[in-house]
Amino acid sequence: MAKLADIGAKARSKNAGPFWVTIDVFCNSPEAFATLCKAIRNDTVAGLFKVDPHSLKRFEIASLNVIKISVPRPTVQGSRFDRDMHGAQAAVLLSELELPF
Amino acid sequence: MTKVLVPAGVLGLGFDPDALKRGLAEKPDIICIDGGSTDSGPFYLGTGTSKYSRAANKAEWKQLMQARADAAVPLVIGSAGTCGTDSTVDWMYDITVELAKELGQSLKIARIYSNQPEARVTEALSEGRVTALSPDPGISPEILGQCSNIVALAGAEQIGAAIATGADIVIAGRTTDTATVAALPLMNGDHAGGAWHGAKIAECGALCSTQPTSGVILVEFDKTGFTVTPMAEAARCTPHSVSAHMLYENSDPFQLFEPGGYLDVTEARYTAINDRQVRVEGGTWVPAEDYTVKLEGARMAGYQTTIMAMLRTEHYVKNAREWAASLEAFVRDLIATRMDLHQGDYDLEFRLIGVNSVFGDLETKVGDPVEVGVMGIITADSPETCSEIGKLINPFLLHHPLTKDEELPSFAFPYSPAQSDRGALYEFCLNHVMVLDDPMAAFRLELTEV
Repeated sequence: MAKLADIGAKARSKNAGPFWVTIDVFCNSPEAFATLCKAIRNDTVAGLFKVDPHSLKRFEIASLNVIKISVPRPTVQGSRFDRDMHGAQAAVLLSELELPF
Repeated sequence: MTKVLVPAGVLGLGFDPDALKRGLAEKPDIICIDGGSTDSGPFYLGTGTSKYSRAANKAEWKQLMQARADAAVPLVIGSAGTCGTDSTVDWMYDITVELAKELGQSLKIARIYSNQPEARVTEALSEGRVTALSPDPGISPEILGQCSNIVALAGAEQIGAAIATGADIVIAGRTTDTATVAALPLMNGDHAGGAWHGAKIAECGALCSTQPTSGVILVEFDKTGFTVTPMAEAARCTPHSVSAHMLYENSDPFQLFEPGGYLDVTEARYTAINDRQVRVEGGTWVPAEDYTVKLEGARMAGYQTTIMAMLRTEHYVKNAREWAASLEAFVRDLIATRMDLHQGDYDLEFRLIGVNSVFGDLETKVGDPVEVGVMGIITADSPETCSEIGKLINPFLLHHPLTKDEELPSFAFPYSPAQSDRGALYEFCLNHVMVLDDPMAAFRLELTEV
């Protein structure tokens, strides 16, 4: 088991409009990218945010060594129960996840 | 060929004045800047106000108005005043008129208004011209009636119409991030895919370069694509920095929906011309059958008061969750007996800063904090009820014991009063597009000379 940083990647997140948060995983080599394309599973990411795995959008962009995963916000941006206006901390959950490696 | 100078990702955040000078020396055909976004939350659309201070807006707008006069080209701002409502367009117009006097400039100013009367959207809804995007938050005439502001996002057609008046300055209400930049290249017959793609790359200014805070970017559009150049001396654009910008604040990095169609960059090629300029070709514009504009709406969702206490006593820090649960049960009883308010009449939540305030139930990590902040959030139908609940629970937030058998504790209140009455709470409530017969059908264009 290993975390993103151990495999050579870092993640950032941001709102993509009020209803989505998007997480970009930047890998520092094609090897790390290939490893993480397998290790980061949609159902695991959906579990972190307690959303339906089928609702995720996922893009594996080899030219940038980036895996992009967009998640429908569990709470709409700025609504009463929202805790992170810009969705900027959402990536931390993925960064700290122990991935099968 | 069209040269578009983008001074920064948004007005109000600052840019490098030397880079702006270098940009002007490149003889741009137009200067375009974005003024807004939904990113700071629903309050701004709900209230029709700007996130940035008037002082910051005015200072930067002054620099751009001077740059416009020097270059003798149009200056365009989209989504003026954060939310791009009619009220923030007028706010920006007032600032512009004030500056025109101060600078001794005579100007032709075009304003585009993006606010939607409730009746227009209700009618479109009944005619089946309003469609939900995913996720669908639901829509009804009742919801539309609750919105304090509904705006439609203008595209290149509306910005183009304003530019075509020969205006020196265009102040547009809510606009897509890309439309101000794409409009003139499209009018000039440059490559449509290139126009939208280059506009997306430039919409955040120098964020597509190695020096994001320098702000200023120049995009040269032509018949086959575009070339992007950062204007700060030390900044560089690389195929990586430019293509990576397609990821930014986009749920899909390959397809970008705009009024009248979408941009597809799946086949785009990013090539380094030298160590600081990038050439991009291969983006395609796919026109849609219907001309649609995206709608944004915000409505009031009650009022709020917050109240804060800090726990530093080790016993309480270690048992913060139990303590907060016990406090909540205790004060809910008190609110029922003393104010006759019950579940559903109000909302009360204690968030533990240092424990899980960012993620709540989604938090996966357990730490050992030195101290814990307790932020009580009270939401109710009136500001008086919120404030009264705040006062009612105040002494217990200060002194609630974990068990009945222990000494009465006292915690740290960071200020007096411990509570802050936050006023109205707003929420976004539309994620829809509306079909228009004519792009100008939902927008109002006004021309004045000052």
